[in-house]
Amino acid sequence: MSLGQRVSTDHQLARLLQIGVVLEELVEARAERHLEELDPSKRAALDDEVEELLAEAAVESAEHRDRVAALLDELDAETTGFEQIEALVEEHYSAPGNTDGVLYDQLFSEETAYKFYDDLIAAIEDSDTEFSVDREEVLATLREIRAEEEEGVEDVAAIMEARE
Amino acid sequence: MNSADQYLKAIYLAQRLEDGPAATGTLADMLDVSPASVNEMVGKLESRGLVEHEKYAGATLTDDGIVRAEDTLQTYCIIERFLYNVLEVEDFRGEARALESVIDDTVAERLDTIIDRREECPDCFDAEADCCEFLEVEQQAD
Repeated sequence: MSLGQRVSTDHQLARLLQIGVVLEELVEARAERHLEELDPSKRAALDDEVEELLAEAAVESAEHRDRVAALLDELDAETTGFEQIEALVEEHYSAPGNTDGVLYDQLFSEETAYKFYDDLIAAIEDSDTEFSVDREEVLATLREIRAEEEEGVEDVAAIMEARE
Repeated sequence: MNSADQYLKAIYLAQRLEDGPAATGTLADMLDVSPASVNEMVGKLESRGLVEHEKYAGATLTDDGIVRAEDTLQTYCIIERFLYNVLEVEDFRGEARALESVIDDTVAERLDTIIDRREECPDCFDAEADCCEFLEVEQQAD
């Protein structure tokens, strides 16, 4: 058992980045699934702002996934295919039921991704391991993604507040 | 999960394995730390009301300690299942131990949406096998 937050090998870093890719794929797949799940009448009731939010979240997650995947490529590690995660989401999916549920799920997705990158950045910063990839490049990429996740949390929270 | 949670999980599993208080030596082996470190953390957990410690016998979780240890064990089970079933990691036990300190319970909760976990989790966690007793692990051919 490893006590304390540290990333001490290339292998561990790659594994954590793979988990990051899956989290992004989850955001993308769930956002798309939420839009599909709503029947036409409910979808019509979904205001443009929420629909736009979900569409943007899916696009942003795909971009994040590509950026993390590029780091994985430098580490000679593979990523999990989006189709595999999409199928697992499909298999286990249960619809939130209403717009508030969709927004809550989206908020949770963004918060989770933010927390993940925040912990990963701290673990890399605490480590004195020489990785085979440029540590500063990895940290810069992860910090940028974390900032965008933070904005994502704020965007969802703003819409939720406005609906109250 | 933080160090305190990792200790609580270790005490929970050691109590199951030893069918009694978790001995300092057992915890030191499980956590790969010194007995002095174990005693220090057990003292902290005792002051927080999560553990009772009896000299020469070992540590026993209080009711509050059990609740927290079970939550932590659930998170650990999610990490193991995710590594094995989704990322197809052969050494999922070793990697879960290495990564658990970096994986927060909210992250595990998200990963939990794409894995199959039993309702009775973590009661079905096999302390000796260090994984869920229902996790179908393919045996490696010699």
